[in-house]
Amino acid sequence: MKHIISILVENEAGALSRISNMFSARGYNIESLTVAPTEDASMSRMTVVTVGSDEVIEKITKQLNKLVEVVKVVDLSEAEHIERELMLIKVRAGAKEREDMKRMADIFRGRIIDVSDNTYTIELTGDGKKLDAFIQALDQGAIVETVRTGASGIGRGNRVLRV
Amino acid sequence: MDRIKGLELSGAEIVVRCLQEEGVELLFGYPGGAVLWIYDELFKQDKVRHVLVRHEQGAAHAADGYSRSSHKVGVCLVTSGPGLTNAVTGIATAYMDSIPMVIISGQVPTHAIGEDAFQECDTVGITRPCVKHNFLVRDVKDLAMTMKKAFHIATTGRPGPVLVDIPKDVTVNKCEFHYPETVSMRSYNPVKKGHAGQIKKAVQLLLEAQRPMIYTGGGVVLSNSSAQLKDLVKRTGFPITNTLMGLGGYPATDGQFLGMLGMHGTYEANMAMQHCDVLLAIGARFDDRVIGNPAHFAQNPRKIIHIDIDPSSISKRVKVDVPIVGNIPDVLEEISKLLKEAKPQDIKPWWKQIGDWRGKDCLKYDRNSKIIKPQFVLEKLYEVTAGDAFITSDVGQHQMWAAQFYKFDQPRRWINSGGLGTMGFGLPAAMGVQMANPGATVACVTGESSIQMCLQELSTCKQYRLPIKIINLNNKYMGMVRQWQQFFHGNRYSESYMDALPDFVKLAEGYGHSGLLIDKPADVEPALRETFKRTKDLVFLDFLTDQAENVYPMIPGGKGITEMILSEDL
Repeated sequence: MKHIISILVENEAGALSRISNMFSARGYNIESLTVAPTEDASMSRMTVVTVGSDEVIEKITKQLNKLVEVVKVVDLSEAEHIERELMLIKVRAGAKEREDMKRMADIFRGRIIDVSDNTYTIELTGDGKKLDAFIQALDQGAIVETVRTGASGIGRGNRVLRV
Repeated sequence: MDRIKGLELSGAEIVVRCLQEEGVELLFGYPGGAVLWIYDELFKQDKVRHVLVRHEQGAAHAADGYSRSSHKVGVCLVTSGPGLTNAVTGIATAYMDSIPMVIISGQVPTHAIGEDAFQECDTVGITRPCVKHNFLVRDVKDLAMTMKKAFHIATTGRPGPVLVDIPKDVTVNKCEFHYPETVSMRSYNPVKKGHAGQIKKAVQLLLEAQRPMIYTGGGVVLSNSSAQLKDLVKRTGFPITNTLMGLGGYPATDGQFLGMLGMHGTYEANMAMQHCDVLLAIGARFDDRVIGNPAHFAQNPRKIIHIDIDPSSISKRVKVDVPIVGNIPDVLEEISKLLKEAKPQDIKPWWKQIGDWRGKDCLKYDRNSKIIKPQFVLEKLYEVTAGDAFITSDVGQHQMWAAQFYKFDQPRRWINSGGLGTMGFGLPAAMGVQMANPGATVACVTGESSIQMCLQELSTCKQYRLPIKIINLNNKYMGMVRQWQQFFHGNRYSESYMDALPDFVKLAEGYGHSGLLIDKPADVEPALRETFKRTKDLVFLDFLTDQAENVYPMIPGGKGITEMILSEDL
């Protein structure tokens, strides 16, 4: 099963590689990983999307907690949470496809953020499944380039991860 | 605390002052370009004694042996690049066995980092997977705090090696020195106290047990919990086994001790592990060499209580019913306290069953052999040293025989590379042991293949007059490799025979020691007696042993803990 793990980590050189090393050394899989500083510049927040049984996820969270620079770890998928990912997708949009492509972007609430004679670049946010669905919905030949940030997540309501 | 107001010290001075503040008496190392300033400062003082090894792997193993035998932090100092990479095997060895060590490595100057400078390597990157934590100090102002953190992290929670990489310019730059008294890290707060509710549950299970079993590992030794463990075992009357790393944690000559368990454990210990109804695991980690195939182990229903300081060791290979994360001695005291008012079940039938298993006499071997049997040498070693020696070992058959036949009654006497299985560990580790315990009897049980992996340290032994006794069980084979090839590879002894061995007696003499070749069983005991009388000298005893001897019992890789090959089966 897919899990979204949020990690608060000291914002120090090498912290990212300690975490990604642990995943590769122990054979755990990373579907996506995002990291950036929080409002407190001394700390970064990382979101790792991984797939595994409950036992494997338990091992992952224990191993993460064991890392000296890791401050806190939460498996967001354990309870209500919000997941968002940003995708920039460049699609073929010549005279013929232009209207259709615009409509498709609207249906998915995407925004066209760059236009050329024969392309659109569409910005789309949502959970991973929505972005997948958008890609599926397009004529595969129309896709020129995609870039995704990987998921970020946050707990719903009073569920908070902070020091 | 020692504060020198206004006086600025160089990074090199700070390093040495930090070591002094930490009470470091011995430092194992090897100089080189990047650490020259640190060596210069070492030269100017006499509080921290430096031990010059012959290869950086030896420095790491020696610091490791020093720590294992003394419960102090092992410290070593190496230069950048090859100095560090040579030490990596020793660092990984310490990491696998959770040994508290601080490794100081030189690094090229900060401005040269990343430019492929002479003797540059990405030390922090290379060592990251085999240390508890590591640091690169980029500013001399961070040096004292980093050193403090290194010692703090190495010694608290589950111990382990911590590396501090110091660029050469940082050892030259100056700042005011202030050694912090305490460390506070929001990201690092190891659990100490066990959960009271879990402890109650554990006691309940122990009281209900019909077929209880206690299984303890290196954690008991590392946390100095032998007294508390003995109290618990005596109070309950339960049988106990130790892992390879746990030997000495409980006295091996005691009647409740079933011997070591695992791949080369005793029949009775392995059978009791499989058939118990309540298992109390303490400071052990159910690794593959201990319980074999976890699926096979899970076939028998049993309740498992697991006490460990490291949450990630719990339910890693075997699902545990009552996990207790905490400091072992404290948790054991809590359990014993609760057990005072209660009485465990009558477990006579269980002991009768264990007695039957013991009847197998699984460690028997041919005592009438005309060729020296390695087991015989170890039995005699035990007798001659009255069970009171520090025994280090290398890795292979000799290691297993030492574990089986030398009965350790005290912790920190059995020093071996259990996790990583590092050949070459024995001799340099023995140096550290001897230096931590001057005047004590120290023997290195080794084989002709292992000893050659860190042989150069014989020279260090000469320089520091270390009277280590080397017990070389020479069968001209990498014995354990040969044994696996015999059992599982159709007797195809691929590259496990070593021809062109040195004359070990002459070799020892070449390094300024003495040596003796023993090739008859009748000479074994006299040779040992003579050797151990020589308390000032290193003596290299080269025993020519039976080439075909195997270690029994043996659980083949991937098999269940009761699927043992016994000597009588063949």
